[in-house]
Amino acid sequence: MVLSKATSHSDDFTIHSTFASRYVRTSFPRFKMPENSIPKEAAFQIINDELMLDGNPRLNLASFVTTWMEPECDKLIMASVNKNYVDMDEYPVTTELQNRCVNMIAHLFNAPLGEAEAAVGVGTVGSSEAIMLAGLAFKRKWQNKRKAEGKPYDKPNIVTGANVQVCWEKFARYFEVELKEVKLREDYLVMDPVKAVEMVDENTICVAAILGSTLNGEFEDVKLLNDLLIEKNKQTGWDTPIHVDAASGGFIAPFLYPELEWDFRLPLVKSINVSGHKYGLVYAGIGWVIWRSKEDLPEELIFHINYLGTDQPTFTLNFSKGSSQVIAQYYQLIRLGYEGYKNIMENCRENMLVLKAGLEKTGRFNIVSKDNGVPLVAFSLKNNSCHDEFEVSDYLRRFGWIVPAYTMPADAQNVTVLRVVIREDFSRTLAERLVIDIQKVLHELDTLPAKITAKIALNGENADKNVTVVTKKSAIETQREITTVWRKFVMEKKKMNGVC
Amino acid sequence: MVITTTIPDSGEHLDSTFASRYVRTPVPKYKMPANPIPKEAAYQIINDELMLDGTPRLNLASFVTTWMEPECEKLMMASINKNYVDMDEYPVTTELQNRCVNMIARLFNAPVGETDTAVGVGTVGSSEAIMLAGLAFKRKWQSKRKLEGKPYDKPNIVTGANVQVCWEKFARYFEVDLKEVKLSEGYYVMDPVKAVEMVDENTICVAAILGSTLTGEFENVKLLNELLTEKNKETGWDTPIHVDAASGGFIAPFIYPTLEWDFRLPLVKSINASGHKYGLVYPGVGWVVWRTKEDLPDDLVFHINYLGSDQPTFTLNFSKGSSQIIAQYYQFVRLGFEGYKNVMENCLENARALKEGIEKTGLFNIVSKDVGVPLVAFSLKDSSKYDVFEISGSLRKFGWIVPAYTMPPNAEHIAVLRVVIREDFSRALAERLISDIEKVMKEMETHLIRVSTKTAHVTATVDETQDGDDGGKKHIKKSARETPEEIATYWRQLVARKKTGVC
Repeated sequence: MVLSKATSHSDDFTIHSTFASRYVRTSFPRFKMPENSIPKEAAFQIINDELMLDGNPRLNLASFVTTWMEPECDKLIMASVNKNYVDMDEYPVTTELQNRCVNMIAHLFNAPLGEAEAAVGVGTVGSSEAIMLAGLAFKRKWQNKRKAEGKPYDKPNIVTGANVQVCWEKFARYFEVELKEVKLREDYLVMDPVKAVEMVDENTICVAAILGSTLNGEFEDVKLLNDLLIEKNKQTGWDTPIHVDAASGGFIAPFLYPELEWDFRLPLVKSINVSGHKYGLVYAGIGWVIWRSKEDLPEELIFHINYLGTDQPTFTLNFSKGSSQVIAQYYQLIRLGYEGYKNIMENCRENMLVLKAGLEKTGRFNIVSKDNGVPLVAFSLKNNSCHDEFEVSDYLRRFGWIVPAYTMPADAQNVTVLRVVIREDFSRTLAERLVIDIQKVLHELDTLPAKITAKIALNGENADKNVTVVTKKSAIETQREITTVWRKFVMEKKKMNGVC
Repeated sequence: MVITTTIPDSGEHLDSTFASRYVRTPVPKYKMPANPIPKEAAYQIINDELMLDGTPRLNLASFVTTWMEPECEKLMMASINKNYVDMDEYPVTTELQNRCVNMIARLFNAPVGETDTAVGVGTVGSSEAIMLAGLAFKRKWQSKRKLEGKPYDKPNIVTGANVQVCWEKFARYFEVDLKEVKLSEGYYVMDPVKAVEMVDENTICVAAILGSTLTGEFENVKLLNELLTEKNKETGWDTPIHVDAASGGFIAPFIYPTLEWDFRLPLVKSINASGHKYGLVYPGVGWVVWRTKEDLPDDLVFHINYLGSDQPTFTLNFSKGSSQIIAQYYQFVRLGFEGYKNVMENCLENARALKEGIEKTGLFNIVSKDVGVPLVAFSLKDSSKYDVFEISGSLRKFGWIVPAYTMPPNAEHIAVLRVVIREDFSRALAERLISDIEKVMKEMETHLIRVSTKTAHVTATVDETQDGDDGGKKHIKKSARETPEEIATYWRQLVARKKTGVC
C-alpha cells in the first residue's frame, strides 16, 4: 500500500489568517514585478500596513486640498469610480452634471451670460490643467492677433507676481512662454499692480493675478490692476487681458466678500480658474476653468469628438479619467447651496481668528497673513536667532501636526514663515489643541542649547586672555548646523520652494 | 392659558427622502441653489439621476477597467483624501509610485541595472503621458538643432492615421506638425516603410502604436526600428521612436514575450502605457517610462524643494488623488506576472469565442487580428440594406453599448462594430452577446421585409393617385418613425465620417 501525502501548497491561506501565512514573511519586491500572485487579503493587508506610515491627511495643515467629505458623498464617489468620464455618450448624465457645475460656477463668478445662455468652461483634473488651458487660449489668441497685424509672434510672455504657484512656471516652460515676474517686497508679499502694468509689453499675452496667494493667503488687488491696465491699453492699443488664478479664493470671495470686485465684473478679466478640490470642498482631482465668452476661447483649440453621431466639443489635456470628483462637486453645490458654502467659509474664518489670537498671545510670533483672504495663518518667529521656524515645524511633527515652513521668494528671502491652512474640517478644538502644542514646542526649544553663534560670543570674552578657544560642538549641534545650512542653501538655490 | 403650537423645523428628520419637499422641487441646473438640502436628499437625487447613465460593465466600447476587487476598493477609498503631490506628507504613497515605475520599466526591458532607479512617472492617463514624452522629444530636438545652428521652429512627428486623438491634441497644443501615414483598405495600421519615408530633418520622433484603437493590431515596431536605423545612418538625423503602448503595454509582455517592441529595440526612447486599460485599474492612471536619464532633458524637470528634500517632478497635473496609484501597486503585487498572464489569456480566449460566434452568423467580416489587443472588430458583409450604426443602435435595447466607427483615411468606406474584451467580460456574457446580436440581425431582416412590402404598397398607391390634384407629385407616406429614423441615420453617417473620434 502506498501512503500518499497530501501537500497543501497554495491553499494555506484559507486556513491561516493573514499574519500567519507565508505571504507576510517574504520580502516584498520593490523594483520588479513578482512572479506569482498572492491572495487578495494578503495584498490588501500588506499595502494597508505600509500606508499606515504615511501622514494623516486631516492633520496635514500644509495643504488647501479637501480631506473630508460626507459619507453620502463617499458613497456616490465609490459608485462612479468605474465610470470613465470621457465616455460622454455612455454616461450622458455625468456629462450633464459637469455642464451644470460649469454653469453654476460661471454664474457665481458673474460671467456675462444671458438667461438661457450656456457658459463656456470645462472641468479639469486641477488648477494646473485649468491654467494651462487658459494660458493656451491666451497664447493662441495673441498669436492670431499678431499674425493678422503682420508682427512677430515668437516671443510671447506672461506677467505675474513672484508669488505664483509652480504650475505657472510649468506652463511657461512647457508651452514656451516667457515668465516676467514682479518681485515682491518684505512688506508687500503679493503682485504690485503698478509694477505689473509697467512690465506689460506688446508680447504680453496676459497678466495673471492671484486671488489667494499660496504663501500668505492674500487676495491681489484685481480691480486696481484692471483699472491701470485699461488705461495702458488705451494708450498702447495692445488690448492685454487679465486672467485670475482663483485656485483658492474662487470659492471664498463670493461667499465672504461678495462686494469685492475681482471676477468677470471687471471687463478685462477673460478667464478664471478655481480648484474644486480646495475650497470647492471636494477630494483631490478636480478644477474648473471658465471663460468670459465664446470669443475668448479660440475655436481651433477645441476638438470635436463625434461619437455615434453626437458632436461633443472638448478642450482638455487629459482624456480618460474618473468621474467621481465631478459628481462630488455637483453634490456639494446642491447639497450646500450658497448658504451652506457661506457658513463653512465663515466657520473657517472664525477658527482662523481664534488660532491667530492664540499665537499672538504667546508673544513670540509676528503674523504675516492678513485677516481678509484665504483662511490661513502665516506666522514667523519674532526672534529666530536661537531656533528658527524650520525647527518649530520639525518638532510639531512629533505631535502629529504637519505645519510647513517656507522662505519667501525674491526679494523677500529673509522672511521665513510657518503656515497653517484652515480647512472645513479643522474645528475649534483642533485649533486650540494646536496652540497648546506650539507652546509646548517653544518651551522645549527654549530649554535646548542655543546655536553656535551664541557660544562663540561667550568664548569671545575669554579671547583676550590669550587662550585659544576651541568651541566644542556636540554631535547634534554639528548635525543641526549642517542641515540648517544645506536646507537654506537648497531653498534658495531653486526659486521653486515647493509651496503648494 | 396660552396654547402654543410647535411648527416642525424642516420635516427632514421625520419624513423619508421621497416624502420630503426636496424631491418635489426641480433640481437646480445652472445656478447654485440659495439654500442647503439634507445630505440624504442630495445623495438620493443625484443617485437617481445617475441611474440613467449607461452601465459601465456593459460598455463594450471602452478599454478602461470597470471592475476591481473589493479589497482594492477599500484601499482606494481609504486614500481618496490623500493629495498625491504632497510627497513629503505621504512618503509611502510616493514610494509606491516609484516602485510601479520601476516594475513597469523592467517589464519593458529598460536597460536599468539591478538596483538602478528607472526614469518614469505616473500620470492621469496616456494623454498626459504622451504629452510629456512628446515634450521631451521636442526639447531634445530643439537643443540639438540650436547646437547645429539650424532652424528649430517647425518640428513634426510622424505617425499613422490610426492614432488616438491625444496625439492630435499634443500636436495642436504644443505646436508640432502631425504627419500622418494614411491607411489603406486591409492595412489599418501605420506602414513602417511609408513612415520612414516621411521622416525629415524636422521630425522629432516616429510614434508607433502597440494596440491600435480601431482594430487592436500591434504595429511592427521591430521593422520600423530597422528601417529607421538605416535611414539614420544615411542622414545622421538620429530620429528616435516612441511606442504608444496605451493598450498593448500590459498585454504583449505576458502573452507575446518574444515580440520585440520595447526597449530591446535601440531606437525606442520612451513608452507610455495606460494603467487604467489592461493595467487593470479604474480610470485615472497612466505611465510613461524613458529609456535612460539622457532621454529626459533636465530643464523640463522641476525640482520641488520641500522642507529640504529635493523631489524632481515632471507632470502636467499637480494635485490629484492617490487612489489609482495605490490600486496599480495593489494589482502588481496581488497578481504578479502569473496573474496578469492568466487574465490576458482569459481575455484572448473569450475574444476567440466571441469571434467564432460572430463568424457563425455568416453576416460579418472579422476586421481585427488574432494577435493584438483582445477585441473583435467586425463589419457587415453586405451593408446595402442596413449598416453597422443601426445594429449598434439596436443592441442598446438589450443594454449593450457596442460602438460603430468608420475608418480614418484612406479607408473611410469601411465601417466596423467593435467589442473590447476586458477582464470582467466572461464567457457567459460573450455567449449572451452573440445571441443578442443574432436577435438583432433577425430583427433587421424582418424589418426590411416590412419596409419593402410597404414601399411596394406605396408604389401601387402612387400609381393610383397619379391624376391627383397635386400635379403628379408622388408622396410616399412614411410612418412617423421611419422619417426621423432615416434622417438620423443620414446625419449619423455624415457626422461619423467627418471625424471618427475613436477612443
